[in-house]
Amino acid sequence: MIRRWTTDIILVGPAAIALILFIFLPVLIVFVLAFTDYQFGASSANWVGIENFADLFGSDLGRKAITNTLLYAAIVIPTSVGLGLLVAVGLHSISKTLPRFSNALKAIYFLPVAATLVAMAVSWQMLMHPSLGLFNHWAVALGFSPVEWLTDQNTVLYSLAIIGVWQSVGYNMVLFLAGLTSIPDTLYDAAEVDGAQSGWSRFWLVTWPMLGPTTLFVLIVTAATAFRVFETVATMTRGGPAFASDTIVYALYREGFVYFKAGYASAITVVFFLALLLLTVIQLLVVERRVHYR
Amino acid sequence: MNGSLALENVTKRFGSFTAVDNISLELKEGEFVALLGASGCGKSTTLRLFAGLETVTEGDVKLQGRDVTKASASERNIALMFQSYALYPHLTVAQNIAMPLKLRRLSAVQRLPGAHLLSAGVKSQEEDIQQAVKKMSEMLRLDQLLDRKPGQLSGGQQQRVALARALVRDPSAFLLDEPLSNLDTQLRAETREEIRAIHQRTGYPFLLVTHDQSDALSMADRIAVMMAGKIVQVGTPAEIFNTPATQEVATFIGHHRMNILPAGVAQQLHESTSGLSLGIRPEELTIVQEGGLPATVDTVTFHGEETILKLRGPNDLVLRSVLRGRSDLPNEGEQVLLGANRNALHGFDSDGKRAEIAK
Repeated sequence: MIRRWTTDIILVGPAAIALILFIFLPVLIVFVLAFTDYQFGASSANWVGIENFADLFGSDLGRKAITNTLLYAAIVIPTSVGLGLLVAVGLHSISKTLPRFSNALKAIYFLPVAATLVAMAVSWQMLMHPSLGLFNHWAVALGFSPVEWLTDQNTVLYSLAIIGVWQSVGYNMVLFLAGLTSIPDTLYDAAEVDGAQSGWSRFWLVTWPMLGPTTLFVLIVTAATAFRVFETVATMTRGGPAFASDTIVYALYREGFVYFKAGYASAITVVFFLALLLLTVIQLLVVERRVHYR
Repeated sequence: MNGSLALENVTKRFGSFTAVDNISLELKEGEFVALLGASGCGKSTTLRLFAGLETVTEGDVKLQGRDVTKASASERNIALMFQSYALYPHLTVAQNIAMPLKLRRLSAVQRLPGAHLLSAGVKSQEEDIQQAVKKMSEMLRLDQLLDRKPGQLSGGQQQRVALARALVRDPSAFLLDEPLSNLDTQLRAETREEIRAIHQRTGYPFLLVTHDQSDALSMADRIAVMMAGKIVQVGTPAEIFNTPATQEVATFIGHHRMNILPAGVAQQLHESTSGLSLGIRPEELTIVQEGGLPATVDTVTFHGEETILKLRGPNDLVLRSVLRGRSDLPNEGEQVLLGANRNALHGFDSDGKRAEIAK
């Protein structure tokens, strides 16, 4: 009995210690710091209760970062999931008639996923440059007035959302493609025999419900990426102009690593962590029940 | 609205591969036809051509005399039961059975959830559909399972749901793709009877596609034997069994594979068979006291009702004999003489075609 117990400890021990030391402990420290006014390098800290949280939700700046992130996610999640599905269904349907063309397109759509976003941001910055950029060049050629993609307070968040969608469509497409290949062909035959004449009605009768588990997974992954938006903000706009593109993770970085306000940054982290956790739990509880047919 | 469905000189090619090679087959009104063949012979493709899930490369498809070669599966209104049942896993049993009616009677807008609350016409349609589902589910003993999902049902129950879904809409013909192959022996026998009973009650033309000759023999009015994309023989089960048109059909049909004696050896059993090879079913090959074909008993396998002897004849020819009853069983290694009733012999010429044996 004792021997078995020791074996268990020896087997589980190293991983458990690593987990506690590198994950649980730091998380615990962050949770504690969130209630202090600790600054990096300071030798002491004061307990300030929920002041950090009040700051985040009470100040214009904190609220701006939260609403910006929500708006960004509200654009990026449905658009990139929808486009990913559209592209996947399209490529799947031509994969039998035009296999090479379909494979080439798959690779192209997947490129942004494989590319480093920070490096890609430079290209996007050039494309979106107000006077030299290709986008405005085209806009003028087509008779539109040039757009201040990254320097106008009212457009900058949408410009970043376009890049966010561009970056995640390929990944979502690959996931949906995998889901599509696992749908048995006989279900489509059955739908056709049963009278689903149009591709549209077969999509709603077979494809959409059979993709349920895939869609749930894609939603969770895309939501997690969208809420964590950081690279494009940090490299292209630094939250500007006038905090119009300030997001939660960028604010967290700025407060923690530029202003060294570790307590406040920890509070942002805690809020962000709890929000993502809540979102995932809700998605799992509500949607999971509807997508697994057992 | 029952009627006949026919393929006329139909060929189907996939690239350079010819899956179905110039076949003609008609399902007459109220008839039960079995399409029998080994896997890969093109019988599933033939079924899909009947159903309208594949388009023919050459030839015509006729439904009640009308040309439906270009018509889609749903325009032909042919019911099809899939080997895998192909039930919609996200829908309940009741919704599965109702789906063909919903897709036919209601438009895409009328199918939207809650549409029956807004329109009285949709409401009465929905009620009709519910009635039809109820009637069908009672007939197939599914009324207790209507709220379950297919994943919660046994194989046999799933099959009854698939039957109900296929039959709920008064089809012009009913095609069954290997309906018994996923069932255990007990359920198989029951399902055979059930399908026969449904055929008699509904009177639709039935086409049963199967690789199992005993399913075809026991259920069908007519059997079409298919080999390498061609239909090699069409006839009643008795005709197929008693007068197989080719040596291939002869060895394919029958619970025990028919013995084939090549031309030389055949004459030792029956003198007037010059140039013909002889086929004898193992049940007909018996041990005689004199004047038969000499053979050595290799193995004796006891199967309960019957005993199977594996024998070695002249030129190391392997023969099988099935003996009923328990008396007079030879021992392994024993020399015996084999004989057969003349009426039980099948003659085949060098091309494998059936040839009459001179009496």
